[in-house]
Amino acid sequence: MQTLPQPTENGYYGKFGGAFIPELLRANVEELRRNYLAILNDQSFCREFDELLRDYVGRPTPLYEARRLSALLGFRVFLKREDLCHTGAHKINNAVGQILLAKRLGKTRIIAETGAGQHGVATATVCALAGLECVVYMGATDIERQAPNVGRMKLLGAKVVPVHSGSATLKDATNEAIRDWIAHAADTHYIIGSVVGPHPYPDLVARLQSVISREIRTQLKAQTGQALPDAVVACVGGGSNAAGAFYHFLDEPTVKLFAVEAAGEGIHTSRSAATTVLGSPGVIHGSYTLLMQDEYGQITEPHSISAGLDYPGIGPLHAALSANGRATFLAATDEEALQAASLLMHTEGIIPALETAHALAALHRLPLPAQATVVLNLSGRGDKDLSTYLTHLAQ
Amino acid sequence: MNTIDKLFTKKSQQVLAVYITAGYPALHSLPDVIDALQDAGVDLIEVGMPFSDPMADGEVIQQSSGVALKNGMNMRLMFEQLQEIKSSVRVPLVLMGYLNPVLSFGMENFLRSAASAGVSGIILPDLPPEVYEAEYRPFFEQYGLHKIFLVTPSTSDERIVYLASLSGGFLYAVAEAGVTGAQTAHSEKRTAYLKRVRKLAGNLPVLAGFGIHNYHTFSAVCEVTHGAITGSAFIRALAHESELRGSVNDFIQRLKYQTDDSTVAK
Ligand SMILES: Cc1ncc(COP(=O)(O)O)c(C=O)c1O
Repeated sequence: MQTLPQPTENGYYGKFGGAFIPELLRANVEELRRNYLAILNDQSFCREFDELLRDYVGRPTPLYEARRLSALLGFRVFLKREDLCHTGAHKINNAVGQILLAKRLGKTRIIAETGAGQHGVATATVCALAGLECVVYMGATDIERQAPNVGRMKLLGAKVVPVHSGSATLKDATNEAIRDWIAHAADTHYIIGSVVGPHPYPDLVARLQSVISREIRTQLKAQTGQALPDAVVACVGGGSNAAGAFYHFLDEPTVKLFAVEAAGEGIHTSRSAATTVLGSPGVIHGSYTLLMQDEYGQITEPHSISAGLDYPGIGPLHAALSANGRATFLAATDEEALQAASLLMHTEGIIPALETAHALAALHRLPLPAQATVVLNLSGRGDKDLSTYLTHLAQ
Repeated sequence: MNTIDKLFTKKSQQVLAVYITAGYPALHSLPDVIDALQDAGVDLIEVGMPFSDPMADGEVIQQSSGVALKNGMNMRLMFEQLQEIKSSVRVPLVLMGYLNPVLSFGMENFLRSAASAGVSGIILPDLPPEVYEAEYRPFFEQYGLHKIFLVTPSTSDERIVYLASLSGGFLYAVAEAGVTGAQTAHSEKRTAYLKRVRKLAGNLPVLAGFGIHNYHTFSAVCEVTHGAITGSAFIRALAHESELRGSVNDFIQRLKYQTDDSTVAK
């Protein structure tokens, strides 16, 4: 019996996962698969990774008890402050780890896809730090709605390539990054930004993000004396911040796990991104997982106000957690997310990323007893979303 | 006998295979394009099943897939169109596409429909050989369909032998690393690679694809392989519906025979 979160040798979480890639990608993916565990377990890697997380990223990030919010909800809410990471979101944890990996693989050129631009900024940042060339693929739609992050990437020296195909969002940017990788196999490492893609990416990214739940355990114990929270809540685009926040609790059955997807304009409309509700099993970006598709297996264009959740699939780990019931999947609409963001701004003085706002929006719906202890992964800050907030929230 | 095998027993040089996206340029173009291609002397036709997210394809095929889907092409309709022209098709047909629409249709349902529509081989680039072997091989054999695998310049010798052992009909040698539609230049490296593939493939014929866009690229790879596959260049050359036949014939003649304008290397 396999225990999550570790996949099988071939990258399966239950029936989900694997590496459904064309032969054109095989050499790249195999090189990574053969080497990633040895590198991640190597002492010099661990030392360098830990040092950078501490001195550069600013870890450990605080676990903050949100007292005014808790009073409104009737249970204790702790916020894991990934928004305080350098560059403003959890994405940097993965980017730092993968750049160290890329250097050890002898790669000189880095590519990435990005939706909200947070992963693009994180990748551009670590490329500057490592002195490596950086190309970021970003949907034309997202370039428009996440303009500040586009500017940041450019300032950091990355080349941002607009992608116009499909819905011109995250899935299309991912296709384009994969095509680039096919054409530049030898010198290029592809830093995927979430727990998606062919094995070993979902496992690699989950491991690099697992620092989030490791810190939560230590901090909660120190701050409350409790060994475990009653619940952990996170938003899910591809699922990397949720994977990181869930990782060290997966084997703790008393800890309830809640994953919140973007319902867009509502799960009963055609404009949604709630994959576990609207999706079915299939292959997207090299992984057998849940995805949104039409009756002919064409991948449908999702919708969310949040660029980082605007993806028609979820990582195979989450597909498995959804299928086996270990995690409960909820969905929050664009409007609910906006209202939840506003509430956090006014009760706690924190402007969250729109992605994170979806997790916040589900809080009042959690089936939890009064006095429960809940940890919400505050995956990012809302600087990049100011124009959306100002349009919708400012009177 | 599978019609691909028949083709290679009759012809082992300069075999010309052409890729066309079903539903492009118009929803009902496929029968006409197939007919025009076989009249123009093409030896094998690869029918591309359009997909929303063709990750191994360059801009031209991506765009043709997008147009085909917008036109309303889908798996069921493609099989209907192939069924209708079945009795007049004289060249082997190979279906090429991505795994997700096939899984959605149901693998066995797909293979049954393909065999009944007169198809001889299947290319699914994102179906790994290991999964094919573990789960689907008996179904392909049951319906008499060849599974054709791709090898690339970075595929190891050992893996080329493995992929050739699983393939029927021919082995698809990707001529140059990159997605479809990338331009290639004749190089000694490519020749050495294709020679290596031929040797490792044993008796299995080898067709080279990706980057074959004119007389020069076609004839260059044909010196080493049994033939070649052209796709993006053909789709680019396809004219509007009204002049379909003429544009198909023009393109094929220019690819097969050295004409004045094809002497200018692109
Ligand atoms: C702040 C923030 N949270 C969450 C996400 C969603 O990604 P994931 O589900 O991989 O955590 C993003 C993606 O851009 C993000 O920027």
